[in-house]
This record gives sequence, C-alpha cells and structure tokens, in this order.
Amino acid sequence: MGSFQITVNGQPRVDDDVPVHLNLLDWLRGLGLTGAKEGCAEGECGACAVLVARPDGRGGSRWTSVNACLTPALALDGQELVTSEGLGSAPGPCTTEDLHPVQREMAERGGSQCGFCTPGFVCSMAAEYYRPERAPLPAAEKEAEMGENGFDLHALSGNLCRCTGYRPIKDAAYALGIPEPEDPLLERQALAAPPARRTEVRTTASTFLRPATVEELAERYAEHPDATLLAGATDVGVEVNIRHTRPRLLLAIDHLEELRSLRFAEDHVELGAAMTLSELERSLAGRIPLLAQLFPQFASRLVRNSATLGGNLGTGSPIGDSAPVLLALDASLVLFSASGERTVPLSEYFTGYRRTVRREGEFLRAVRIPLPLAETTAFYKVAKRRFDDISSVSTAFALQLEEGRISSVRIGLGGVAATPLRARAAEEALLDRPWTEETAREASVAMTSESTPMDDHRASARYRSAMLEQSMMRFFAQHRPSEHVGASR
Amino acid sequence: MSTVIHPPASTAPEGVGARTAHESAGQHVTGAALYTQDLALRDSRTLHAWPVQAPHAHARVTSLRTERARNVPGVAEVLTAEDVPGLNDSGVKHDEPLFPSEVMYYGHAVCWVLGETVDAARQGAEAVEVEYEPLPSIVTLAEAIEAESFQGARPLMARGEARAALDAAPRRFRGSFEFGGQEHFYLETHASFARVDEGGQVLVDSSTQHPTETQEIVAHVLGLASHDVTVQSLRMGGAFGGKEMQPHGLAAVAALGAVRTGRPVSLRLTRTQDITMTGKRHPFHAEWEVGFDEEGRIAALEATLTSDGGWSLDLSEPVLSRALCHIDNAYMIPNIEVRGRIARTHKTSQTAFRGFGGPQGMLVIEDILGRCAPLLGVDAGQLRRRNFYRPGERTPYGQEVRHAERLQDIWDTLAERADVARRRAEIAEFNAAHPEAKRALAMTPVKFGISFNFTAYNQAGALVHVYKDGSVLINHGGTEMGQGLHTKMRQVAATTLGVRLDRVRLAPTRTDKVPNTSATAASSGADLNGGAVKNACEQIRERLAQVAAGKFGGHPHDIRFADDAVSALGKKPIPFHDVVRDAYFQRVQLFAAGYYRTEGIHWDLAKMQGDPFKYFAYGAAASEVEVDAFTGSYRLLRTDIIHDVGDSLSPLVDIGQIEGGFVQGTGWLTLEELRWDVSEGERRGRLATQAASTYKLPSFSEMPEEFNVHLFERATESGVVYGSKAVGEPPLMLGMSVREALRTAVEAFGPGGVEVDLGCPSTPEAVFWALREVSGREPAGEGGRAEEEREEIGSGEGPGPQAARSPREAESV
Repeated sequence: MGSFQITVNGQPRVDDDVPVHLNLLDWLRGLGLTGAKEGCAEGECGACAVLVARPDGRGGSRWTSVNACLTPALALDGQELVTSEGLGSAPGPCTTEDLHPVQREMAERGGSQCGFCTPGFVCSMAAEYYRPERAPLPAAEKEAEMGENGFDLHALSGNLCRCTGYRPIKDAAYALGIPEPEDPLLERQALAAPPARRTEVRTTASTFLRPATVEELAERYAEHPDATLLAGATDVGVEVNIRHTRPRLLLAIDHLEELRSLRFAEDHVELGAAMTLSELERSLAGRIPLLAQLFPQFASRLVRNSATLGGNLGTGSPIGDSAPVLLALDASLVLFSASGERTVPLSEYFTGYRRTVRREGEFLRAVRIPLPLAETTAFYKVAKRRFDDISSVSTAFALQLEEGRISSVRIGLGGVAATPLRARAAEEALLDRPWTEETAREASVAMTSESTPMDDHRASARYRSAMLEQSMMRFFAQHRPSEHVGASR
Repeated sequence: MSTVIHPPASTAPEGVGARTAHESAGQHVTGAALYTQDLALRDSRTLHAWPVQAPHAHARVTSLRTERARNVPGVAEVLTAEDVPGLNDSGVKHDEPLFPSEVMYYGHAVCWVLGETVDAARQGAEAVEVEYEPLPSIVTLAEAIEAESFQGARPLMARGEARAALDAAPRRFRGSFEFGGQEHFYLETHASFARVDEGGQVLVDSSTQHPTETQEIVAHVLGLASHDVTVQSLRMGGAFGGKEMQPHGLAAVAALGAVRTGRPVSLRLTRTQDITMTGKRHPFHAEWEVGFDEEGRIAALEATLTSDGGWSLDLSEPVLSRALCHIDNAYMIPNIEVRGRIARTHKTSQTAFRGFGGPQGMLVIEDILGRCAPLLGVDAGQLRRRNFYRPGERTPYGQEVRHAERLQDIWDTLAERADVARRRAEIAEFNAAHPEAKRALAMTPVKFGISFNFTAYNQAGALVHVYKDGSVLINHGGTEMGQGLHTKMRQVAATTLGVRLDRVRLAPTRTDKVPNTSATAASSGADLNGGAVKNACEQIRERLAQVAAGKFGGHPHDIRFADDAVSALGKKPIPFHDVVRDAYFQRVQLFAAGYYRTEGIHWDLAKMQGDPFKYFAYGAAASEVEVDAFTGSYRLLRTDIIHDVGDSLSPLVDIGQIEGGFVQGTGWLTLEELRWDVSEGERRGRLATQAASTYKLPSFSEMPEEFNVHLFERATESGVVYGSKAVGEPPLMLGMSVREALRTAVEAFGPGGVEVDLGCPSTPEAVFWALREVSGREPAGEGGRAEEEREEIGSGEGPGPQAARSPREAESV
C-alpha cells in the first residue's frame, strides 16, 4: 500500500485507502465535494469536469479540464486540482460578488436551469477563461464558434445541457473578460505543475503502478503482459465504469518523458504516443494540416485533454478517428519493449477487429509521419452530431499532383470494416491519372468496393457505403484541379 | 450571435415580471446545490441498491435463487417479491408489478440487491441466479398492429362528416407516417434515498415530479397509510415528464430496503439502467387521409393514431388523448374523425414527456401539410397560414379557440421581424449558385392547450409563513426540475406581499407540508401553485391590512403593500416587518394555507368533448437550415421565435424555457434516435442506444447559430396568476420549424413541386435518402427512412401513387 496525495482546491489531502478502480469523481464525491456529478460515466456529458494543473511545456502550468468520471483517482497522485466548489467563494448562500467571473456570468445570464450539468460547464469554461493564448479577436474579425473575447466554443464541446438550449451558456462564455493579474488561479499558472511521482498502490485484487522510467515500464509490462496501459483513461475508464472490467494491473504511462516529446527531423515528425491530443494540437500549431483538420472533430475538448494517439491506436478500434488520418499520412508506429524498439507501418499494424501486430510487452512510444507532406489533404467525418460524436464513416485523403497528374495518393478509411484500412483500389484508380471528375468518379466507385460496412445504431451499411463514394466526390469538389493549381502557385 | 428581446421589466424591480436569475443559480454554479444522491452520500451508513435486469424481451421467471448473492462480501440484502408487506405493484393502474414474475421487456428488473457499496451490490446482482422461460414477444409497432396487441382505451374524436367531406373534396391525399420516441435524458438519473425514523415513519428523498403519488405508491407497497410516509423532492437535475410516474417504483424499492434493513438506502440508476428501465416519449404511427378545397383549406381529415405504449399503460391513455386534442394544432378542420389506440409492446412503458402527446398529434398535421403543400402548388407557409383558426371557431372537441387572432398576429410579426421575405430571396440566390448545398426557411405555428385533461389535477396548495422578523417562508406543492418554478413562486409571494425578494425563502417540496399535490406537469406548475401561493399571501396581506388600517386610522381597502413597506394615502409608509411585529402582538395569524383550483374547465372523456383547457398558449418559429448534398448533414443557421407567455412572471426563466424547449424539440425531430433490436436473435428487444455515446442529444453544434426569441407583447391572460401563461411544454413544438425547413431544403435539390418524404428523426442519413429520392438519383420506396406511403386519390379517376409524385399530374386532377 502507498498513500495517495493530492491537492484539492488548495487543500492538501492524503488518503491511504483508495481502491485501484475508484474513479476521481467518486473519490471527490465521497469527500463531500458533490459539485461534480455523474451524468453518463463515459466522458460524454462533462457533468463531472474538474480542472487539473498540467505542465504547459514551458515551465508553467495550465488549468486543464478533464472528465473526473474516467480517470482513476490514483492517476492524480501528487497532482493538483480545482473543482467548481474551489473556483469561487465559500460554500453556502453567496452573493454574486463572491462568485468567480465564470460562475457569475453563468448565474446571471440564466446559464443554469436544473443546475446538474452546471458545475462541469463552469470548470470547462474556466479552463478556457484561463487559456494563456486566449485574446480578444482583432476588431472586425469574426471566427465561427469563437467569441469576440477569443473564447473557443469547442472548449465546451464535451459538456451537455438538456435544459437551456445552450444560448445563455454561449452568451456567458462570450461575455467573459480577461482574468485579473492578481487572480489566484491565473497566478498559479505561472508556476510549474506538480512533477509526476512514482506511484504504486496494491490491494488484494489489483495494483496501480506509475513507473518512474520507461525502462521500469518495459520491465513490468514484460512481466505482466496482461496489464492495462493507462494514459488518458478515456477508453479504460469507460471499460471500468460501463462494462465493469477490473484490470489486475494498471500501468500509468502518461507522465513518461520518452513518450511525450514532439520532434521534427529532416524526413519525419515524431509524435509522442502519450501526448494528449490537445497538447499535440497546440505544439503542432497547424504544421500538419490534415491533423489540424482532425483535432477539432476528434471527440470533445474534455476528451482531447486526456486522450492520446497511443490510446486511440493501442486499442485497435476500427472507429478511432486518428487511424484514417495517420494512414493517409503514411505514418509508422514506434513500438518499444524490454527487448528494444521497432518500427511498423500503420498500414500493417491492424490485423483484425481490435487486434494488432503489437507483441506481448510492447507498447507504443511514438507515431512517425514522413516528410514532406502531400499538398492536398482532407479529412471527412460523417456522424449524426458535429461535436463529440463517433464516426459512422471517416475518410482521409492525401494526394500529390505533378503537372495535373496524381503522382501519389493515400486514402485512409474508418468505420467501414473490422479495422481501419487503406482504400487501395481507389488509390490505384487515381494513381498516375489526371485529376479530373471522371477519375474521381471511378475512384469513388472503387471506394465502395473495398469496404464491408455494417448496419448499426449509428448508420445503415447502405449509407456508409454511399458516404465512401460521396467523400471522394466531395474531396474532388473541394480540390478541383484549377483551384488546386491556383492555390499551390 | 444571439439576441434576446424581452418586454420592459415591470414596475416591481424584483417581483413578478422582473428578470431574475434562477433562485438556486448561485448554488448551481458553485456546486453547492444538492440533489438526491448528494444527500445519500452524506450518510456513511447508507446501503446502495442495484437491479438484476432480465436479458429477455418477454419471459417467465421460473426460478430465482439469491443464496449466492447473499454470500458476496458486502451484500446486505436481496429484495424480492416475498419481502413486500403490502401490494407488489408500482403503478396506479395495478399493472406494474414491482418484482415481476413475468419479464415484460429487455432489462426489466426482477429483484434488487443492497450492498455496502455500489460495487458490492453490483457483484451481488451478478450472483443472483435467475432462470427464464422465454415467451414470444412483440417489439415493433408494426408487429403490434399486425397482432392487434393493444391496451387501454380506444378513443374517437369526431366532428362533422369526415367521410362525406373527404369524398367531396376536390383534392385528397392519403399517407402514413411513423416516427420515433425520445429519451428524456435528464442529466440527473433517477435517485431515491430512504430511511426509517424512530417512530417507523418512512422518509424518502426522491427525484420525483409527483411527490404525492410517490408517497402513495411507497405506502401501498409497504402496507402503510399515507401519513406514515413523507416524500421530499429537494430539486431535480431535469425531469421533462420522465419523473412523473417512473420514480414511484424506485422509491418503493429504496423504502422497502430501508424498512427491511433499518438502514438508509440509496437507489440511483446508472445512465444505462435509466435508459433501459424507464419510459420515454411515445413513438407513434399515423395513417391519414386529408381533403382540401380549391383554396387549399382543409376540408376534412381522417386519421388513426397508434402510440407505442410499451409493456404497461402508465400514462399512455392521457398522452393519447392529448395527441388527439392537438392533431388540429393551429388549424381549423371542419370535418374530422381521429381514432386512437395504444399498442402493447415488450418495451419500456412509455410515459409523459414534455408536451405529453401534444407534439405527436401536432407532428402528424405538420407533416401532412409539409408533404401536401408542393402537391397543392402552394408554399407550405401560406398553406399553414390560410388554415389558421379564426376568432369564434372551435376545436374538434368543441372548445372555442379564444384569442385565435394571436396566431396570425404572431405569424405576421414573426415574418417581419425575422425578415423572411428578404431572406427567402437571398436563399433562392444562394441555392441557384450552390449545386452542392441548399438552404431553406420554414415557419411553423404552435397552439397548445393548458390544463390537465384530468380535471381533478387542476388544484394546488401552498403554505406561507411570515415570521416575526418579517421574513417569509413558502411551501407549495410544485417541484423544481430546473424550470424555474421556485423562482417564480418567490416572485409571486414578493409581489403579493409587496416585499423585497430576499425576504422570501422557499422550503423544499415535501408531502408533510402540502398534501395531496398534483404532479408538477402539463406546464401547469406556475399557474396552479402560483395561484395557491398568491391566495395564501393574500390572506396574510388582508390580515396585515387590518392591522395597518388600525395604525393609520383608515380603511383596510386603502392599505398598499409595496417596496417592502405598508402605506396608506398621505401617510408615511411603515416598514413591512414593523407591521408584522405589530400583528404578532395583536395575536393575528401570520401564516396561511393557500388553495387554488382552475375554474371553467370540464372534459367528457368518453365523448372526447368539452372545454379541457383553461387557455391556449401560442407561438411560432422561423428556422433556416443549410443541407449538404454529399452527406445529408445540415446546419441550423438561424431561428426566430415569437412566443406567448401572457404577461411573463419571470422573463429570464421564460426565455430559458422557450429556448430549451425549442432545442429539445429539434433534438427529438432531427437527431435523437432510439434503436431497438428488432431481430429474432438473443438480444431481441434490447435497446441498442442505451448510453450517451450512442444516444446523442443536441450539443452546442445543434443550437441555431443565430437565435432570436421574442415574447409576444400585450398578452395578459385573465384569470391566471398575474396575467401569465404556462411555458414549459409549448415551445418544444417550435422545433418542427427545423424539420419543415429541412424538407423544403431537400425539395430544392429536385425539380420543385415534389412531395418530400422525410424520415423522422430527420437525421443526416434520413435527409440524405430523401434528397437522393427527390433529385432522382435513387428509386423511390427504398431507404433507411420511416416506412411511408402515400398517394393521391382523385375521386375514382385519379392517378396512381407514382403519378401523385409528379406535381403536374397532381395539378390536373
């Protein structure tokens, strides 16, 4: 047994009796901090959102919103967090002056009705309020889904409200000013986030281990290949909460520096497998346009703040949104184990439904994307809902033209077979052909031939098949040769 | 960008008409507001309940063994039918066994396990050994209709000579329409927390909209009298009708557990348990035939509505009645014959959901008008407006449509404020320039009857205390689910007593304070409880006026209560609390029980005739969408609403109800999809969309990009508390404007003048197939949309079903 230490709302807490599979939400609620709520227990509704001080990569920290229902409490060992109770005033009836600016805007503008989702909204909104890059938009400039105060509405894409219809919440978000310099939570961001610490908690049935080094991880994983790797817990958390799995060994890998670096080499980029998608999005800053298209469509901000590429690929799921994009980018995976490192092309990684070539004791260290990038790229996600939904079909295109002919092409598909896959027949129909509507049409027919979509609650097989065809035509419509030539000159 | 326009605040800065934030807003945003489960966590002795859910749509329980479960560490008790001291039933119709011996739907709970922790209870539930003998099941509406599996009443609402009028109508169309239900998805799942006191009295905190009925069911399950059971509903994290009937059995299980173990028992459903065990909005099937005259006026309508009631009656009968009473929506239908029936299927027992059948009835007529307009060669908006009720006309059930002129007034004002004519021209330009995207704007009206059809429910009580220091405490029978009822009740009390808002505090809703309450439902919470609170405050005010008159030396009638003071003409006002203190010393009663009942309503259920509604709430919405040809996906560009709330009691609250209702209605019609396993496999009857990841409700991406809400002005409603009108349900139906806009946008992909069959919910997939059909790229009659068929019957010599799709041939009839 080890002791669990955490700072909640500025108050250090120690708890020697935290079960391995107790999630942060239930732990907080057990303390009497019942502001955060369980609405779904699978990271879809955001009612459980809290703020965690995470490293900002520049020596300071960043208040980051996460779903407390997904992460095991022990994964926060040594960390620091703030809940809705800790943002503003003391408990009990309070006047609006005692409230945090976010709370005040929400309360006064009718942003709460039943109030159940509100603490989570307040935390997601506070994270965006403190986002260091947020600045008022230049006058006369307008951006979709962004307030004049620079508030990015996607910050709330993982929070659901059933009462308000969202308008007052949006107005509250867009009315927020810039934090006062003496704001304690702003001041806190100037200081480093708590360092990761090695954690090992054993109970009779299960163990939580955060190894100190990648070598220790490799060693322990080799000993216990049935262990469950834990990065952002956005998938494991769902398994534990909804399907009631109880892994015997959880290996937390999210703080290991070897898995968390972004490196640009001459002929490739290496993305750390345990970097969160939000971190990747910020660090890449649009340098890989296809990934930049993917990020805002990938789950929600709350999920992206924890989820990693390693997790999205590690589960081998056929509907993960990163795989089609990475297939189109011709990515390879760097697999690490006690016996060394190897690199596998992503197109050879998936072997069947939730099965991959990953060997016992092997984990993803990084994703490698070759350079230069194809010039013409697009990612299309078809889902019922634009924010935070699982794809019925997703397609990614990367195409290179030379003098009007297609000199290279890769198309990644998700949601249409037991694994993500490359649309080889369509690629063949395109390669070395002129980029014309006729070529695109032939390729679109080929697209439907190489998948085996299913009927399910998200979409019919017939619709999925049609969407494959349509995505090719949409890609062509949006990247017609003349426009393309014009754009590249 | 969004703007909210509201009428000028009333003279009272804080009372009725003031733009007050929700009375719990401060607690909401700080996380201090407590919900039922939060209370349960504060007691370390609490046991937790977990159900054993049956994996069959229909089966007999042949054996149930609990020994293994009892041996699981941490399991305290297993509750089965044998433990019930009273009646083993959780409904009011005695058709819902609490511990069933026959499984009636996939996920039906057959027994419950109590554990020291939720995990222990769950493991205990896994260890309960149940054997089932599967029985034949009926899952879909089509199967139920085929098998004639119906339950409850089969009402008929009729006026005039529908058949004869149809035969004589120059234009006739026939069709059918099946549309889905809706999961409430209140963010707070069902929760109950029960304990027993030293005198054997049972106290149950419950997320219930209907504390009195929860109390009655708990009492009959435990074999106790009502005075032995107290139910409290502190606040709910949303309800929307889903906590009107559904909490009773869950509260009874928790109470039974508390009685059996002597310990507090918490029962909170997980999201999946909640979705798989509790009822939803009724899906409906409609078959109809409609006739129009040469001017496009509806001459007659014949329809049969079949609702999917699920396994038990629950509220299906009154829901069906309200559907029948709203199939006219805003339109005069001189000859009408509408039949209703309730299918019994092996699914959750469908129940109340915001609108309570009204939306289903209304959707049928709006769908009919949307489909027929192109065939009549009329703009759908004009067709709607042409058929509006006119002053003096009556509904099919015989009630005069009072204030019918408001329909046109609202409609025309909305068209002007939303700049509809100019935008239509812009849309036409946009559509001409964009082969791969089409925009459209549609307007739809709402007329919604307010009052419970069940007359006895139209009464309410309140208990108001004024303490010696002048502070005021209100109890009333209504529950708070986010709709702002408590906020309004404080404002009513503050205005009636003429005091500052912060003098008035609200006590939690409990059955030992105000007895025999009605469900907080049918949008009636503020009307009924507001009437009762006002009545109690008036009694106290009259007594205080006597005291003040004695002091001022005038007549009590001349005493004014305002600005936290009591005054008489020409005299210096006396602070309210001073008058209260004087009254106490003069031995004047400072508390009062208030009572209200709605006058002038009656309903003959057998004949489906009467004046069931106190009044109608009116509104209209104009929505503009853009549809993408590649995927069928769409964006809601702008919505404008004008809605009639009478004189608003609380504009911030009312606008919140309008916007929230609109988005919820739009969710039902475009996004939210309940998918049941209809195969013959092992999972037959299982709900496939049983979590937030698979059942998608609107998020930020579904709200209108521009959203303008106006309250209808000069709208005082006589005979209702401070001239206000109910607001909870009616705005939900404004969401129909979005679906009609989608239909019009789809039509724009085709040659025009073509009927658009649009599945419902109109998901991107449904829109995609509709536009494929319209643009002629796909043969008709296929696709992933609701099963539909229609044809025009042209007095014997008319064209067949295919020909009816051609506007030219339809014109020639």
